[in-house]
Amino acid sequence: MIAVEEPRPAIDHAVLTNRLIAACRDVIATREADLCDLDRAIGDGDHGTNMRRGMDALAAESRQLAAMPLSEAMSRAGTILVMSIGGAAGPLYGTFLMELGAALRNVEAWPEALRRAVAAVARRGKSAAGEKTLLDVLYPLRDEVVRHTPLPLLAQRVQGFAEMTIDMQAMRGRASFLGERSIGHMDPGAASCALLAATICRELAEAGIE
Amino acid sequence: MTVNSANVGIVIVSHSPLVARGAADMVRQMVGNSVPLAWCGGNPAGGLGTDTGAILKAIDEAWSEAGVAIFVDLGGAETNSEMAVELSGEARASRIVICNAPIVEGAVIAAAEASGGASLAKVVATAQELSPS
Ligand SMILES: [Mg+2]
Repeated sequence: MIAVEEPRPAIDHAVLTNRLIAACRDVIATREADLCDLDRAIGDGDHGTNMRRGMDALAAESRQLAAMPLSEAMSRAGTILVMSIGGAAGPLYGTFLMELGAALRNVEAWPEALRRAVAAVARRGKSAAGEKTLLDVLYPLRDEVVRHTPLPLLAQRVQGFAEMTIDMQAMRGRASFLGERSIGHMDPGAASCALLAATICRELAEAGIE
Repeated sequence: MTVNSANVGIVIVSHSPLVARGAADMVRQMVGNSVPLAWCGGNPAGGLGTDTGAILKAIDEAWSEAGVAIFVDLGGAETNSEMAVELSGEARASRIVICNAPIVEGAVIAAAEASGGASLAKVVATAQELSPS
């Protein structure tokens, strides 16, 4: 046989969807206790368990999601998270995915779709930047995507975004009841968001997406 | 016993099923079956938390053409209720209000108002008078 240089295989979206879900589920399962600890410090201690339940529900429908067109899969995944997480994180992550799905259905480019999804999360949480929430990861993440930061680099940076919440005072959710005592702890929602974002960036980069 | 479903319905959403049920008991004691009433509490796994699917079901149980007033305890109950209202469809969503009022006092006062046939706006306003804003 003559050796020929193989063209880069086309991205198989079904395979990628299954991989993304499995990777997200794995990282949350691995860090479940850490996320609960963060939530115990400034909340009710259930964030890791809630996120784990959400990821398990996604994984249970992974095959069906992988068979759907991307925008439809996003919307469905959002609904699954809303129905399974059982805390404020459900509507927040769920709204993010539903809005991404809706934006992609209207053939928006990725940065614009992401911009819309992040804005929808802010509306859902009635929150803004600097209030010690997952938005403090989503806003800088969105900005990096708009600037076309390479995915492997972005994967390294997101943890730093979550760490920025340590010095913030919580203005939303239960952590806000603690007032100044919320300062000095990382926000659990920002932490899970950074874990998921880093995982997704790495998986996409590995799949050859730029 | 039939519930008078012409009156505004009341939905109680707590992180705890015990709180939600207790508040609903107090409402029933006050107004009997004169208003549609439903409650839910706990996350989808049965622990403390809230469950959007259960809230949707409660809205359905307490549905009235006059509308539904929802009473919540902490933040997650409010966010999940807002999500449930959106998911219930536009026709219903415009006739559901999540009240800014204490969950127990709010639900009881709202139910008393609703039992007299008051409109959704009046029921909500009466309950929200409890919360200085
Ligand atoms: Mg929590």
